[in-house]
Amino acid sequence: MEYSVIILLLPLCMFLFLGLAGHKLSERVAGILGTVGLTVTAVVAYMVAFNYFTMPRNAEGVFDTLQPINFEWLRFTEHLHIDLGILLDPISVMMLVVITTVSLMVHIYSLGYMHGEKGFQRYYAFLSLFSFSMLGLVVATNIFQMYIFWELVGVSSYLLIGFYYTKPAAVSASKKAFIVTRFADLGFLIGILILSFFTETFDFQTLMSNPTSLVTETAGMTFMGCSVAAWAMALIFMGGAGKSAMFPLHIWLPDAMEGPTPVSALIHAATMVVAGVYLVARLFPMYCAVPEVLDLITWVGAITALYAAVVACVQTDIKRVLAFSTISQIAFMMVALGVAFDTDLHAGLGYMASMFHLFTHAMFKALLFLGAGCIIHAVHSNEMSAMGNLRKYMPVTHITFLIACLAIAGIPPFSGFFSKDEILTAAFEKSAFWGVWMTAVAGLTAFYMFRLYYRIFWWNKPDYGHHTPHEAPKTMYLPLIFLALVTCVAGFIPFGEFVSVNGEAYHIHLDWSVATTSIIVAVAAIVLATWMYRSENSKPKALADKFRALHTAAYHRFYMDELYMWVTHKIIFQRICRPIAWFDRHIVDGTMNMLATVTNGVSYSIRKLQSGYIQWYVWVFIMGALLIAVLAMCF
Amino acid sequence: MDYSQFLVMRGEISLLVVFLLIFLIDTFGGQKSLKGLSIAACVLFGLHTIWNIIPVDSASAFGGMYQISPIASVVKTVLNIGTLIVLLQSISWVDTADVKLRRGEFYELLLVTLFGMYLMVSSGHFLLFFIGLETASLPMAALIAITKKDSESYEAGAKYLFTAVFSSAVFLLGLSFLYGVAGSLYFGDIAVAIAANRTPLLIATLVFVLAGMGFKLSLVPFHLWTADVYQGAPTQVTSYLSVISKGSAAFALLLILYKVFFLDPVIWQGILWALIVLTITVGNLFAIRQKNLKRFLAFSSISQAGYIMLGIISGSAQGMTALVYYVLVYIFSNLAAFGVISAVEHHSGKVGMDDYNGLYKTNPKLSVVMMLAMFSLAGIPPFAGFFSKFFIFASAIHSGFYILVLIALLNTIISLYYYLLVVKAMFINNENECAITPFRSDNGSRVSLVVCVAGILLLGIASCVYGYFTDLSMLGI
Repeated sequence: MEYSVIILLLPLCMFLFLGLAGHKLSERVAGILGTVGLTVTAVVAYMVAFNYFTMPRNAEGVFDTLQPINFEWLRFTEHLHIDLGILLDPISVMMLVVITTVSLMVHIYSLGYMHGEKGFQRYYAFLSLFSFSMLGLVVATNIFQMYIFWELVGVSSYLLIGFYYTKPAAVSASKKAFIVTRFADLGFLIGILILSFFTETFDFQTLMSNPTSLVTETAGMTFMGCSVAAWAMALIFMGGAGKSAMFPLHIWLPDAMEGPTPVSALIHAATMVVAGVYLVARLFPMYCAVPEVLDLITWVGAITALYAAVVACVQTDIKRVLAFSTISQIAFMMVALGVAFDTDLHAGLGYMASMFHLFTHAMFKALLFLGAGCIIHAVHSNEMSAMGNLRKYMPVTHITFLIACLAIAGIPPFSGFFSKDEILTAAFEKSAFWGVWMTAVAGLTAFYMFRLYYRIFWWNKPDYGHHTPHEAPKTMYLPLIFLALVTCVAGFIPFGEFVSVNGEAYHIHLDWSVATTSIIVAVAAIVLATWMYRSENSKPKALADKFRALHTAAYHRFYMDELYMWVTHKIIFQRICRPIAWFDRHIVDGTMNMLATVTNGVSYSIRKLQSGYIQWYVWVFIMGALLIAVLAMCF
Repeated sequence: MDYSQFLVMRGEISLLVVFLLIFLIDTFGGQKSLKGLSIAACVLFGLHTIWNIIPVDSASAFGGMYQISPIASVVKTVLNIGTLIVLLQSISWVDTADVKLRRGEFYELLLVTLFGMYLMVSSGHFLLFFIGLETASLPMAALIAITKKDSESYEAGAKYLFTAVFSSAVFLLGLSFLYGVAGSLYFGDIAVAIAANRTPLLIATLVFVLAGMGFKLSLVPFHLWTADVYQGAPTQVTSYLSVISKGSAAFALLLILYKVFFLDPVIWQGILWALIVLTITVGNLFAIRQKNLKRFLAFSSISQAGYIMLGIISGSAQGMTALVYYVLVYIFSNLAAFGVISAVEHHSGKVGMDDYNGLYKTNPKLSVVMMLAMFSLAGIPPFAGFFSKFFIFASAIHSGFYILVLIALLNTIISLYYYLLVVKAMFINNENECAITPFRSDNGSRVSLVVCVAGILLLGIASCVYGYFTDLSMLGI
């Protein structure tokens, strides 16, 4: 399947072309060119997926892992070298499909949404760059290639969040996203270095052929009470937690909503933010070798899921609600990975569940964001107070949004129900504690999503004045319809047949006790939301007044940003950075200035050497040779 | 006689054919055909390059006097690519009034020197090596002085000739010592005869041989001719001198050290160590103060030669690979810089650094090419120059030269300063009143610059080139 390299090269070429020559093209041509490029990419990705999954399974009943292309790039030692290549296995092929599908929808959608924006060509160039980086990330054959593309998606995310660079909020949001994820990536890099130092390889397939190699190589070594292997894997997870906005590194994601809404759909909902989940899944056999890190992942995921769900219940900016919902849903996937404790087919159910949820979530969350984009496009505001009763004006958006809400709430037969059910089953299998916890979060999910839904499409009739909202143009609602259809049918995909923890086919069967509980909880939450938000009333306000402290805290996201501000400004800047700055300014710069002065002085004083007289040149030549000869003989 | 051994020399023979064809056109062609000579030279030389692009197997001919290995034939291809770029860049220059009548000579002399370099790179005997060295040096003096009316060019030619003759004498002295010790001039015989035999005579020999090659590479303290010659010579000749001549000399030196003196590397590694430190540092210190871009690049090329030597000092196949790769990247970067300089000089006659102030506003494309060249020379990622420095440092580190690499690294900081001065002049400084006006460079230069930029951008990413060199150098020299 060498042709799979087109999937990477085409978006890269699009980026280079649109980036370099975009300003010469008209908006229309640039947009269509980018979209056509991505359509071809998507078609090739589907072909790869089709050919891969129709391939006969090997003797162990697993799909072979293919490396159609892999070449050595930088060699450090005999064993350690960075390669660039393409790795095809069930999860990477699945990710190819997800990324190209959502990216294509966003490309089409943006034709309408970004119409007339300044820098339209630049926007499409960045979208291509992002698609290239993200696709490169998932097909990486080794962890260092993954790291390179990992940083590239970080850069493209930075560029796209700060797309409206004249808006101070967008600029600071992009900075925040970059710094927070970079900070997490520092951990990732250290983790990679520890991992490769002991296992002497970056290559995923070599690592997977002996997943316990790290543990055996570092046997007996501990650092601050934990084994070195656990440190390495936890640090790698830290990189994933940063990208996937896990608590407490989640603070960048809500702010990242300053970017254009289609970008939020693509990068900050469907693809880039699940890179952390993908990373853990990619290294899953190695995580199984260090169960304490898996427990850490479970805890981080569970806390994030609950935290984000609570915060989402009280936000008033619709994109922020969706942002927190994204954080919470990704945390579901993390928990699913954390509770899968073995690479055995049954014990590893969480692995399959997490990948399944990643797939379905990407579709319905992209749908939600794109729907939100239509709404914002219509009412020119992100605030709930500017909305209401929109079902009358925007029927297509209304229906598709409702489908997505039902999916995320876990109502059958929509896709979210099936994947979430698998996650809950996996959680219950680990322990009842996690099962109950996650079911409660699922209930909260249903509640805040329907709060959002009713506030946008029902509630009261605000005075829209002469500016009546209207349905979005065709390029915008066609992607909505497509994604809604996917959301309706995706649950019936026999996902376990394709992706499972050890590659063998797994037949998904619903655990009815779990399913019934979760349906009852979800329906109850929806009923509650209906009762509170169907039409304008004072019940929400009364409730908020009753739990004033909790409400205010949740509204301010439990003061996490303020905490960060305090820590960075008061502690890091004042106590650590100030002395370092002084040292830098006086000692380091002083040394450098002295060096520069000396260099300059020496350079000035030896200029006479270059006199222009050939006699002198020959004299220096022979004297130099003799001097060297004498010195060489002495030593 | 076994005539089939001529086939081993097919690179030399095809070069000779190109030379003869050009000679024939030049001699018997009418006034009209002379006009097309520059194009014909490019096409013929391009064919020659393609014809020889597949490396030959290791072989020897004429009783071992001529020896070729895959990596040596790759070096020849690298030299070919560089020469082709120089030829492309000189298409419009040979039409200027000053050289018009002598354009045939320009091509003939150039190809003869290249032939000499070929012989140096693939000799197994010091006699052939010396003939190659002289063939590469003496016509060069005529090339440097080719613009007759320009007194600077004349002065440069004379200076080059004197120094070349002098250094040849020193080299020959070293050779005669070697012959006295070993009784043979075959590389293999000498290596056996002097094995691990550290007499003062041998050390003197080594130093004289190094000095002779050091002249061609312009290593400090054998470098003083460089700046004057680079400045005085026509820009096309300067660029040829700074990359092709230097690249071939570097590999030839490597050949001698690896084949003749390989049994006792410690002593020449010590000498090289000192030479490298001197070369890089002094080259940098002088480069800082230069106001004339050609002179500036002369000193920058001195310090670059020091970096190239890092590949030799490691004494390993890895070092050899890194050296060839470095030379290839250096060819693209330096020729990009010279291409811009010659285009600007051709248009306006200006070569001062101050003249480049505000070039970005008038000639953005040329400025970007120049910037890429400077970044690559300075070794800024992700351009090819970074990777070539990385590999050459890695090879030296592998052989344990930590302090040397540290000094080289510190020097890259200084070099960054002066390379960025050029970029600053073009992009940040304001235009002065007599700024270079916008112009369109000739097609030959444009093609050559596109090739150079492609090399700078792609060589680092496409690791297959380096991997390919590695495979070939594993086969030995």
